[in-house]
Amino acid sequence: MNLTLRIWRQRDAGSAGAMTTYEVKGISEDMSFLEMLDHLNEELILAGDEPVAFDHDCREGICGACGMVINGAAHGPERTTTCQLHMRHFSDGDTIDVEPWRAAAFPVVKDLVVDRSAFDRIIGAGGYVSAPTGSAPDAHATPVPKPAADLAFEHAECIGCGACVAACPNGSAMLFTSAKVVHLNVLPQGAPERESRVLDMVDTMDAQGFGGCTNTGECATACPKGIPLTAIGRMNREYLRATVKGRG
Amino acid sequence: MALATRTERSPSLIGTLWRSTVGKKAVMATTGLIMLAYLVAHMMGNLKVFFGPGEFNHYGHWIRTIGEPFLHRTWFLWIARVVLAASVVLHGVAAYQLSRRDLAARPAKYERKRARASYATRTMRWGGVILGLFVVWHILDLTTLTVNPNAEEGRPYQNLVASFDRWWVSAFYIAAMLALGLHIRHGFWSAAQTLGANSPRRDRAFKVIANGLAALLTLGFLAVPIGVLTGIVS
Repeated sequence: MNLTLRIWRQRDAGSAGAMTTYEVKGISEDMSFLEMLDHLNEELILAGDEPVAFDHDCREGICGACGMVINGAAHGPERTTTCQLHMRHFSDGDTIDVEPWRAAAFPVVKDLVVDRSAFDRIIGAGGYVSAPTGSAPDAHATPVPKPAADLAFEHAECIGCGACVAACPNGSAMLFTSAKVVHLNVLPQGAPERESRVLDMVDTMDAQGFGGCTNTGECATACPKGIPLTAIGRMNREYLRATVKGRG
Repeated sequence: MALATRTERSPSLIGTLWRSTVGKKAVMATTGLIMLAYLVAHMMGNLKVFFGPGEFNHYGHWIRTIGEPFLHRTWFLWIARVVLAASVVLHGVAAYQLSRRDLAARPAKYERKRARASYATRTMRWGGVILGLFVVWHILDLTTLTVNPNAEEGRPYQNLVASFDRWWVSAFYIAAMLALGLHIRHGFWSAAQTLGANSPRRDRAFKVIANGLAALLTLGFLAVPIGVLTGIVS
């Protein structure tokens, strides 16, 4: 199939960017979106142009490295990551807009690459558990109730791709932060830091310049891993509980 | 060497809440629920207008005597006014500060973005501004009687009819009540989410209650100007 691509090109963080139009021909519907961009880049390199920079790593939908806004939707029209989006979801002759994640906390590094280290700083503030690192613990030393394990796993599916922030009209990281907080706070292993985790992670989230939540639900709609919107409600409860219980 | 434990956390509960986006939203949710509870009572009182001037004016008089003899005359009314005024101010200031922050957090728009959120969700900010302006007008019209054409203290029924007899007042009122319905439709469910009361099991119930409250209050409030415009109340 033949496509018209309008891609955000920006030389570096300090430069102004613009949408640039490219024509690509002979795209197979079995290609992933990233393979289609690889194809474009090969042509650009042969023509002596600068290839389009984009983040990618596993190309299996599990690492969270890739991500771009395709036709106004984070990761494009399907509920999956950009690497797992296939060209069969587009039609011959389509014009496709490709933009980087847009958020003040995710500055553009180059073209479609944004700096998502703000997420790392949120994780650093509380996305861990205290564990003894000596000999291996007994297998059942810490019993985990099945419902808690399921709930933790549902939220642990977050791959930190940033689609929630990109989709949110407020550039808010509430879905990401709540997935991490709920994941660890429902487990007995996370209990020692239950209060400090939510308080420190929310503090850091605010300090990184993310917006607040207005419950529009755009984040959960865009999330390739299906983190539920109720995660935010759960984190709000954890936050209020921690604030009342004593901040420590 | 042991790592130092963080100990510099602020001791103030209110300060912690007000400084964080999550806490500020909790303030908005709480003040919103206070105003919502008041509106339910207000709407029920309004409907007495359909039972004639005697009953309506008697009700207006009774409001000033709530709590007697424990409270002095109009004390209850003033306590309610102070709580409501504080709620309006806190709700508005928090909304303004959070909105400023939200707009700054998303400086660039997408080329082609269709909003997936509902109309009620997308109109919370401007709907809130309309409601704020309406409250100012409403107090000047029917509480202080500054802009009321009848302006007879102690005769709320006559003041109400005289005010709604001006078609543009009724039109503004109706527009404001539709904005109110939309505001509550998103706001009530949002408050449940913000205060952590929501869960996958209760999500649907909160949405149904939000829609029910929005419909009930809108229809209840709209009944009065429509009653005056159609001559049922005169």
